[in-house]
Amino acid sequence: MQTDNRPISPHLQIYRLPFNAVLSISHRLTGIALSLGSVVVVAWLVAAAAGPRAYATAGVILGSIPIQVLMFLWTYALFYHLCNGVRHLFWDAGYGFDLAVTRRTGMAAVAAAGLLTVAAWLIAFTS
Amino acid sequence: MNYRMPIKDAKGLGSAHHGTGHWWLQRLTALALVPLMFWLVIGIAANTGAGYGVAVAWLAHPVNAVLMILLVATLFYHASLGLQVVLEDYVSHAGSRFAAIVAVKLVAIVLGTAGIFAVLIIALGD
Repeated sequence: MQTDNRPISPHLQIYRLPFNAVLSISHRLTGIALSLGSVVVVAWLVAAAAGPRAYATAGVILGSIPIQVLMFLWTYALFYHLCNGVRHLFWDAGYGFDLAVTRRTGMAAVAAAGLLTVAAWLIAFTS
Repeated sequence: MNYRMPIKDAKGLGSAHHGTGHWWLQRLTALALVPLMFWLVIGIAANTGAGYGVAVAWLAHPVNAVLMILLVATLFYHASLGLQVVLEDYVSHAGSRFAAIVAVKLVAIVLGTAGIFAVLIIALGD
């Protein structure tokens, strides 16, 4: 079959995704990451219910450097998914489809997620 | 020429046979999770560094216990709806797709129940 000059779909390993496409797939990826992170929330609740010894053990694991790094990334993923999710809700309501607006709200979501992440960790370190 | 039976329009459920329920609940739970997640992050950031006593006292407070139960239930419902869409998009084999979606829903139910039960123990245990 002759296939020259036909339009083809973007080859993901070559095609540079536009900004909004990167944000779009990031929404999905952060959603998957946060689903995994929710297991940690439940583990923490169960440890608290199980008593001081179990809670102390959980505290040692959750307080270790690799888990703390993961928690920081999860915090950013949470706030990114939240901010970008609000964009989606506005789109669902029929607002913000203009390309320039979409770009601006996208950058706002990325920036707001960063600020909220820093704010959350400032609260954690100062309390 | 319209080949659709009038009952199709009356039910309004479309080709997926369950209408817009999945889509709508994904949005509704998303909206509910916005304030709940702000509460959770601030609560965890402010109350978990000081050890068991402070964390349990915070969780045992009726307002926090109710919010935590609502959060766990909404979170796992939202997550299972989202993961279901991801699996529907990327798993092409019908049997594997079905099995994966059922597995995700079962895990979500188990984790959600465990989380809620833990909150109840903390809030109601002496």
